[in-house]
Amino acid sequence: MSTEDRLYTLIAELTYLCPLRCVYCSNPTDLAAHPDRLSTTDWLRVFKQAAELGALQLNLSGGEPLLRRDLEELVAGAHALDFYSNLITSGLPLTRERLVRLKTAGLSSVQLSIQDSDPGPSDRLAGRESFEQKLEVARWVKELELPLTLNVVLHRQNLARVAEIIALAESLSVDRLELANTQYLAWALENRSALLPSQAELDAAREIAKAAKVRLKGKIEVLFVLPDYYSDRPKACMSGWGKRYLLVSPDGLALPCHLAHTLPGLSFDNVQDRPLDDIWHHSAAFAAFRGEAWMPEPCKSCDRRELDFGGCRCQAFHLTGNAAATDPACTLSPQHALITEARVAARATPLIPLGLRYREFRR
Amino acid sequence: MSAEAPSLELRPKLAPKCKLRLDPKTAKYILLYPEKGLLLNATGAAILKHCDGTQSLSAIIAALAVEFQSNSDVLRVEVLGFVQGLLDRGLLQAAP
Repeated sequence: MSTEDRLYTLIAELTYLCPLRCVYCSNPTDLAAHPDRLSTTDWLRVFKQAAELGALQLNLSGGEPLLRRDLEELVAGAHALDFYSNLITSGLPLTRERLVRLKTAGLSSVQLSIQDSDPGPSDRLAGRESFEQKLEVARWVKELELPLTLNVVLHRQNLARVAEIIALAESLSVDRLELANTQYLAWALENRSALLPSQAELDAAREIAKAAKVRLKGKIEVLFVLPDYYSDRPKACMSGWGKRYLLVSPDGLALPCHLAHTLPGLSFDNVQDRPLDDIWHHSAAFAAFRGEAWMPEPCKSCDRRELDFGGCRCQAFHLTGNAAATDPACTLSPQHALITEARVAARATPLIPLGLRYREFRR
Repeated sequence: MSAEAPSLELRPKLAPKCKLRLDPKTAKYILLYPEKGLLLNATGAAILKHCDGTQSLSAIIAALAVEFQSNSDVLRVEVLGFVQGLLDRGLLQAAP
């Protein structure tokens, strides 16, 4: 590994359980294969080991992290280690009293998701009634003077309402607004034809977001994350495999990204069996896609290989069947037609989604 | 750098989403906020330590001139540029 590989962020996916059933959930589709296996003590040990490795940021995520009854204790543990802790939540189930306890325990900030500015579509894509509760939670977060990021996953069903979404964020006085286009993996890949927008829909939304970014400068940080299906070059996924991030799944797997455990042929260590430092520095799975030795052409001789690292390994596998292929989102990929054909197929799908596949636990 | 310059009377403070801490691995200060971190050089860290909402920019520049035994005219340019950049990014705010 390179001396530049330095853990900055631990993503603790505390549970894959969630009251919502979002059609673009980024959790793996074999949710039931990864039950909650880590105790409070396990998680606190993982936090400590991550801090010793250099991690400064801790994302408390899921699934829905509020479903962990020991969340207050975990937040307090993170606070004692001086982490910047970010609770990444749907806002359900939460009471104002519990939010007060989380703040008292030392929580640094809250990232709340909404699905849309319009309650109907928001609840429909979340697979349950949740919109009003989310707004209530946003107001509590601000009342308690916790920093608030509003996260909205964008797709064909809500891109036309980006202006309304920005107005909602302003009315809630959020600190950050993350307009993140869907990444078409996991559940979103299953529902791709209903979610993937056209270039025109995307461009219109991007212009609105760009204007809002200027207008709200210094007040609300507005981020607009392009979908890589409409970028010429792939994303530097996770800032590179095993370079900045480490994720621990509910069953204790130490992973370089959210879906690495869906890649075949890699064996990921469990934090119950092996210390994080050893996993980070010496495990075969973390070494697998570090550096450039694994790269095929056109990546190997590309002058962008140190910028995007060949893109997303999970996207490469789930679209081409080969985790070591160039990310097909790149126009230089010999398999880029997989992306262009998906864009065409999405145009042929009616806007009103039929047969959406909702996130579910299947045994 | 932004063309605007903040008033010397402005009293900057860290935005609520920011946390300034020492990075033990590099022994440098880092400004943390959601999903990101800004690694600071010695001057940047020294400036932010004064950004507590009680000190005006002119007071901060004067204090830093003593700390760094440096010419305050040179420091003024550096401090104003740095502070304006962070105000634009919403990482610093003007205290009321």
